[in-house]
Amino acid sequence: MFRNQYDTDVTTWSPAGRLFQVEYAMEAVKQGSAAIGLRSKTHVVLACVNKSNSELSSHQRKIFKVDDHIGVAIAGLTADGRVLSRYMRSECINYGYTYESPLPVGRLVVQLADKAQVCTQRSWKRPYGVGLLVAGLDESGAHLYYNCPSGNYFEYQAFAIGSRSQAAKTYLERKFENFTGSSRDELIKDALFAIRETLQGEKLTSTVCTVAVVGVGEAFNILDQATVQALINEFEISGEEGPTNESVAEEAGGESGGAATEEGGAATEQETAPMDI
Amino acid sequence: MSNPLILYLCLRMVSGVMVMDSLLSPEGDSQRTQYPYVTGTSVIGIKYKDGILMAADMGGSYGSTIRYKSVERLKQVGKHSLLGASGEISDFQEILKYLDELILHDNMWDDGNSLGPKEVHNYLTRVMYNRRNKFDPLWNSLVIGGVKNGQKYLGSVSMIGVHFEDDHVATGFGNHLARPILREEWKEDLSFEEGVKLLEKCMRNLLYRDRSAVNKLQIAKITEEGLTISQPYSLKTFWNFAAFQNPTVGAEGSW
Repeated sequence: MFRNQYDTDVTTWSPAGRLFQVEYAMEAVKQGSAAIGLRSKTHVVLACVNKSNSELSSHQRKIFKVDDHIGVAIAGLTADGRVLSRYMRSECINYGYTYESPLPVGRLVVQLADKAQVCTQRSWKRPYGVGLLVAGLDESGAHLYYNCPSGNYFEYQAFAIGSRSQAAKTYLERKFENFTGSSRDELIKDALFAIRETLQGEKLTSTVCTVAVVGVGEAFNILDQATVQALINEFEISGEEGPTNESVAEEAGGESGGAATEEGGAATEQETAPMDI
Repeated sequence: MSNPLILYLCLRMVSGVMVMDSLLSPEGDSQRTQYPYVTGTSVIGIKYKDGILMAADMGGSYGSTIRYKSVERLKQVGKHSLLGASGEISDFQEILKYLDELILHDNMWDDGNSLGPKEVHNYLTRVMYNRRNKFDPLWNSLVIGGVKNGQKYLGSVSMIGVHFEDDHVATGFGNHLARPILREEWKEDLSFEEGVKLLEKCMRNLLYRDRSAVNKLQIAKITEEGLTISQPYSLKTFWNFAAFQNPTVGAEGSW
């Protein structure tokens, strides 16, 4: 592997002003199977790709309900993700006990980011190796955040993390302007389409993906497999036979732009610290 | 250590330490507030068309002596809430200190979220119940009212943590003298003027019959627009009712 003298310790700077251990932690997020999220004014949908280690084992859960109004999808080290979602659950419960009202999503996200940040500044710790898409609903509406191991967090209209997430991002970038006014079901449809993009030719079935929704009048819930399969069939997005006509036409139009951003992203990655990704 | 005498001495030392511990520990013989010193009497709160109205007089009693005459017992909490307190005045000041800190930390998030009356009410319930579980209660009955996002809220907490919401609430003597009037005359769409009139009727009744009440009161209003607490003022009274002039007529004692 590539080695350099500044990457053995989380708290050691490189002369270029980078923290390599933190960047490696963010690499761990890219290794994990994909998770995506997108939101309208009233709903947020999370979806992820289920990968099992062997034919004989089941896959690991990647979407967790935190509270009635918040849920997360993770990519990276699942074990770290579980620990963080347990932390989030307890924060929500404590807030609910004290104030009898739901914890604002933005606050939970900041607390989570602060927790991750501490690990980038202590010699005896390691950064969390997990990226979290936090979906939630509060007084100010529906929110989607991305929390990363560096302690940074961002709010998104739509986002994708994990392996081959660039394909899903390209799909979402092409469509996100319509999401604000989308209905719940339209969001789920776009989520499934975006997930299919990350599969690269593999057939989309309800066994390889999980979908969850939270929105106005709907507590965070993970859709059961039968429901997801029914939606896949309804939208005809299994994808083995290639993109449907509709998306062929769109892809032709969006191809050049999508490819350009991908290359651009790779180019900038070389020069600057990807800390803020 | 196998020597029984040494073992016995060791045990004695250990138990000796334990005895000392329980006698000298700060928990051991500490006294909690067993009774209140300076107290305020009833607070009344009602919902009205645009928000919440609250009334309280300004007396502070030292036992049964009315010792202070300008105690403010209606206070603002954050942007959306109003708090009224009866009972131990210094405990109320302690509660205000907790709330100041709560609101400060809430504002420090600087994220556009803010605690509403419901959150403040529940927080106070937790504080009151927690203190009573330490056998060290804050000796107050509290009324919390407010408006947030067009939602009116009015509730009450007692010194042992009993809490509820209602369209009109009162503490202490107000429960006996004001609430029967409110049950008769309160309605959902009271105007501000009607609300004030109703509160004044209640406060006048309390003034006549509650020996701790004084004729100097404040009325506070909270709506979506904001909060105002009136300057102190007095109610017109009429003491020449026959029953006031000769209270024992028709109520002869057994001796």
